[in-house]
Amino acid sequence: MKVWQCVVCGFIYDEAVGLPEEGIKPGTAWADIPENWACPDCGVAKSDFEMVQI
Amino acid sequence: MKPIVVLGSGLAGYTLVRELRKLDRDVPITLVSRDSADFYSKPMLSNALAQGKSAEVLVATTAAEMAKQQGFTLLQHTEVLAIDRERKQLQTSAGVIEYSRLVLALGADPIRLPLQGDAADAVVSVNDLADYARFRKALVSAKRIAVVGGGLIGCEFANDLAAAGYAVTVIDPTAYPLSGLMPEAAGKQLLAPLAALGITWRFGVAVKAVDRDSAGYALTLTDESTLPADLVLSAVGLRPRTGLARDAGLTVNRGIVVDTHLRSSDADIYALGDCAEIDGKVQPYVLPIMHAARALARGLAGEDAQVVFPAMPVVVKTPAHSVAVLPVAHDAVGEWKILAEGSAIKPGIKMGFFDAQDQLKGFVLTGAYAGERSEMVKQLV
Repeated sequence: MKVWQCVVCGFIYDEAVGLPEEGIKPGTAWADIPENWACPDCGVAKSDFEMVQI
Repeated sequence: MKPIVVLGSGLAGYTLVRELRKLDRDVPITLVSRDSADFYSKPMLSNALAQGKSAEVLVATTAAEMAKQQGFTLLQHTEVLAIDRERKQLQTSAGVIEYSRLVLALGADPIRLPLQGDAADAVVSVNDLADYARFRKALVSAKRIAVVGGGLIGCEFANDLAAAGYAVTVIDPTAYPLSGLMPEAAGKQLLAPLAALGITWRFGVAVKAVDRDSAGYALTLTDESTLPADLVLSAVGLRPRTGLARDAGLTVNRGIVVDTHLRSSDADIYALGDCAEIDGKVQPYVLPIMHAARALARGLAGEDAQVVFPAMPVVVKTPAHSVAVLPVAHDAVGEWKILAEGSAIKPGIKMGFFDAQDQLKGFVLTGAYAGERSEMVKQLV
């Protein structure tokens, strides 16, 4: 399970936790999140995220 | 062909360039910045310390890489002295630059309180990456930090500093944390969780003077009490940078006045981000910048694009007690109501602001309720 961070606002996506309130189940890999997904804090696209740690 | 010139390399300037390049690969763009123009996440400045992140690590992409990726002419460390609207030229420290259209993404300056004392000029504020680098250096020999201002940035820094082991005191003349954004019942939720982290709150007093003493600094407060500190951090708000626009004769109010097309009183000059007053509002947060940048990019690419702001909750990055708030205007008519309250084990509060028709117009979610943001947004009318 990896942790990803939004390069714009610092929002963190933790694969282990998911985003249940947005319908993304715990354990959802970053690769499996739809391409049209956007950061809930700032709205940047999936392609603008960067990985911070494993 | 004269370029579109973007003044500023913060989130507003760079997001605009990125969005414009998605629509137009060819239009020449020149980006002018008074600093290094390296791209970094500004919201992370107030929560990078506890994560052990240095200023160098916060640079996500260097300016040179950005220029290569996005295809623009980069002018670093360049001061813009004046806008000649008639000739559509800029006078800069690097010479004259011509523009076809000009985008002001100048940002905002930290407000400096008029303080007395022989160390008033030693008070620091952290508003960009260079400030952050200096702040980190000053922290090396510091233990006791006085944070002036208990608003969003003050609370974020206080949480970050306390989590990193510093003894933090927050001083604010209002009655509770985040008082500019939310009602007292919500703001007070932060008191105990942040105190448990080691933060001392001093509300109802302001800082009068900062003087040097043998150990560091001595702050004199308005109740005549004194407070020792090794570092004084000021976080009392931002003032849009409007001087350049005002000197050029553009309409300026609190910010540079622009319409929903992000257009100023000069049809070829636009503004967005913290320097802009869009349709009557200055909104110095990430989400409004992203929306404004997308709309302006479409406009510059030839579309008739107005910015439409959806509900944009603001997240306060205080991990000791998370907060999400959709603020309402200070003169909004209605009432804050408590919708749910947590317990001693799971603290937090859920409040809504309801107008005269009992419709939800704003909200605050703290602690145990902070994750209910999307649900609350759906309930807005």
